[in-house]
Amino acid sequence: MQQLALFIRKEFIHVLRDRRTLLILFGMPVMQILIFGFALSNEVKNARLVVVDHGRDVATTALIARLDASRYFEVDQVALSPKALEAAFRRGDVKVAVVFPARFYERWQHGQEATVQIIADASDPNTANTLTQYVSAIVYDHASEQRGVQAPPYGIRVETRMLYNPQLEGAPNYVPGVMALVLMLVCVMMTAVSIVREKETGTLEVLLVSPFRPVLVIVAKAVPYLLLSLVNVGSILMLSTWALGVPVQGNLFLLLAESVLFITTCLSLGIFISVQTSSQQVAMLISLMGMLLPTILFSGFMFPIENMPVPLQVISNLVPAKWYYIIVKSIMIKGLGFAAVWKETLILAGMTAGWLIISVKRFNIRLA
Amino acid sequence: MAQPIIQADKLTKRFGDFVATDAITFDVARGEIFGFLGANGAGKTTAMRMLCGLSTPSSGHAQVAGFDVATHPEDVKQNIGYMSQKFSLYENLTVAENITFFGGIYGLRNPVLREKREQLLTRLGLHDVAGKHVGSLPLGWKQKLAFSVAILHDPKIVFLDEPTGGVDPFTRRQFWDLLYHAAAQGITVFVTTHYMDEAEYCNRVSIMVDGRLAALDTPRRLKELYGAASMDDVFYTLARGAQRGE
Amino acid sequence: MDAICVENITKAYGKGQSPAVDGISFSVGAGELFGLIGPDGAGKTTLFRILITLLLPDAGHATVGGLDIVREYQKIRSTVGYMPGKFSLYTDLTVEENLHFFASVFNARVSDNYSLIRDLYEQIKPFKDRRAGKLSGGMKQKLALCCALIHRPTVLFLDEPTTGVDPVSRKEFWDMLGRLRSEGITILVSTPYMDEAARCDRIALIQQGHILSVDTPQGLRAGYPHPLYAVGGAPMPALLQRLAGHPDVVSSYAFGEWAHAAGTTTLGEGVLQAYLRDAGLPEAIVQATDATIEDCFMDLMKRN
Repeated sequence: MQQLALFIRKEFIHVLRDRRTLLILFGMPVMQILIFGFALSNEVKNARLVVVDHGRDVATTALIARLDASRYFEVDQVALSPKALEAAFRRGDVKVAVVFPARFYERWQHGQEATVQIIADASDPNTANTLTQYVSAIVYDHASEQRGVQAPPYGIRVETRMLYNPQLEGAPNYVPGVMALVLMLVCVMMTAVSIVREKETGTLEVLLVSPFRPVLVIVAKAVPYLLLSLVNVGSILMLSTWALGVPVQGNLFLLLAESVLFITTCLSLGIFISVQTSSQQVAMLISLMGMLLPTILFSGFMFPIENMPVPLQVISNLVPAKWYYIIVKSIMIKGLGFAAVWKETLILAGMTAGWLIISVKRFNIRLA
Repeated sequence: MAQPIIQADKLTKRFGDFVATDAITFDVARGEIFGFLGANGAGKTTAMRMLCGLSTPSSGHAQVAGFDVATHPEDVKQNIGYMSQKFSLYENLTVAENITFFGGIYGLRNPVLREKREQLLTRLGLHDVAGKHVGSLPLGWKQKLAFSVAILHDPKIVFLDEPTGGVDPFTRRQFWDLLYHAAAQGITVFVTTHYMDEAEYCNRVSIMVDGRLAALDTPRRLKELYGAASMDDVFYTLARGAQRGE
Repeated sequence: MDAICVENITKAYGKGQSPAVDGISFSVGAGELFGLIGPDGAGKTTLFRILITLLLPDAGHATVGGLDIVREYQKIRSTVGYMPGKFSLYTDLTVEENLHFFASVFNARVSDNYSLIRDLYEQIKPFKDRRAGKLSGGMKQKLALCCALIHRPTVLFLDEPTTGVDPVSRKEFWDMLGRLRSEGITILVSTPYMDEAARCDRIALIQQGHILSVDTPQGLRAGYPHPLYAVGGAPMPALLQRLAGHPDVVSSYAFGEWAHAAGTTTLGEGVLQAYLRDAGLPEAIVQATDATIEDCFMDLMKRN
């Protein structure tokens, strides 16, 4: 036991003396939270909106004022010809345009169909989608308010309700995603690399020729990263609560326990990779290509899994981050309890056990 | 005497307070086999790097093949060959591919390259293994091949950093035959070694101690000077007083 | 009882490859300083790794300290010391941290066996707070040896400890091995430098996976089968060329300043001197000489 303690101490020294790695280790979560939370969110603010108003009446004026008042848009009212409008889109000056037809108010008043045309630059489909939704929402809102005053009712009303994140803010989705990503990176890559480094430098050779049990080498390697990762979880949660305004809705301890489980999953994966490879480069590449990419693609926080073709949906089930992402979202955003996430927890536990068993079996007590 | 091919004048390299190479001055004549000896950490590697144009001197000058190493390192590199024990050839390329690659790097044109490759394979008796990966060859063959590749572009000087470390006694002697052959063709050989019998094969030997050039002469005169029976004893007498390690 | 006993050990890496170690047998007595001498690629490291239980042999048996290398590998691992050819300490740990770490791995305390490493460690003690990666080559090697010795192993395995090391440091290193031997530790050491053989009690010459000879250095040199002459005083290429032309010269090679010419029994000093004079090298000096280990190695290599 004392041996193990000394070994773990040695691992801590490795981590703490390597300033650059340390910076990455603790800087990365902060950076990612900030990048995803603020810069990359698909929330739109103050997008330039061009209004082509052929109606120039009470209704269009009111609608334009309302669009302008919203924090999503900055209205730039110009009567552009269709050609000029197209040119503006091509230059990228304009992301979205709203076209009111002539006699807009009149048609509306007479119960005829009053069409508002929304034109968006769909080269960035996400933004285009969001913008058109916002515009329609504002138009509908306006229309329904007017309905109380002005009879008769007309048209179709689409009612959209955004659950859990009514303001449509990006951060709540990103926090669980970043947590999964950071833990994946730190645990898988760092563990894999640190074990393989001992193979590469030949120190493992010396350790093997000693009474020290090889399995303990693995345990000792994993412990520091488990603790460091918990520090990361803590800092992400604090940032999320105070900087992004996304607090933990559910039980904090349940969330931490689930995080420990996921960290263990990642560590077991890192160990698995290190057992299979013999150079740091390969270990790094496998961790990045084999783990990071699938985590981003298939965990569901960047690209909705429901929209993927079935084969990809099946593959996504193999990505541990997907399950952790669901768990964190459930606990942190929706405020649900263990009853809602026991299935995901079981899957993660199963994966962890599997990798650990294979790793220990494959761990070579000799060379080659 | 003709213009020396290497002229070092108070060549110095400092790393902070540490003077790795301390004002060394020497000449090497064309076609000479020049032994560059010293204990680990005496400053050999640093000096060699400067002479190869890989490292800029802190002070002093050196001309190699007529070019100043500080101001014209690219011209220096074009006129020298280099081979070390550690890196010399690509293990996962075949013998022929290595020759073609390194010849190509030095700008040998195809017909010339082909002819040189044939000559080289014939001289080393490597035709049968031309298509084999270099990694699968015995060390001795690799080193002979590496040397031949290092002089493929007919450099004026070839720098060899411990070329025979760990090589078997026969191959070691065959390797030195290659060096003599190259020197006879006018290629200057600048070589470091830890085998003291090899020091005897050099025309002149220099011994570095603590960054300085402690001795420089023919092996015979060095032995006379230090009253020693062998170069081993000369080296021991000089390097024993060394103050610093690597 | 022999400290190390090797019987017919064979090991090949992968199918179709010629074996790295091919049917090797020898034994090392307790307390012996035994040298395994041969060039790179002779199979020294493979044999070492088999003996310290890091590799399984394809065939053959071996024991270390009476323990079987396959069945009792765990016991062997706690009793031997091993220093691989490549520097294998933690470069980001200090000198002292490395020493304490390796002691703890072997369930030992530095204080327990400090007497064994005192001479060695005192030399690097001034740098005990320096990171191992920042040590000079010689210091690293001393530290590595301290770490390999800190649990007072019964058998010490040193794989090419002097490769790439200058002659002065090599001498110092061998002086130290002599002192360890007097402490009763059995030492198996490998080296490509033939001149180091003289420092061993017994040596095995190894080439391409085969053992050429096992003997004491003196025995080996005395067993050199030909009369041997050192020839000098004339330019080496000319000397070698003339010597090769004599029908009774079996072999002639450069050995530093001298050429060593081995001849049949009919070849005498006077005969050779006269021959060289007639061949245009009147200044040549011929004198009978004893064979060096390298002469023996070359002779054995040729015969195999």
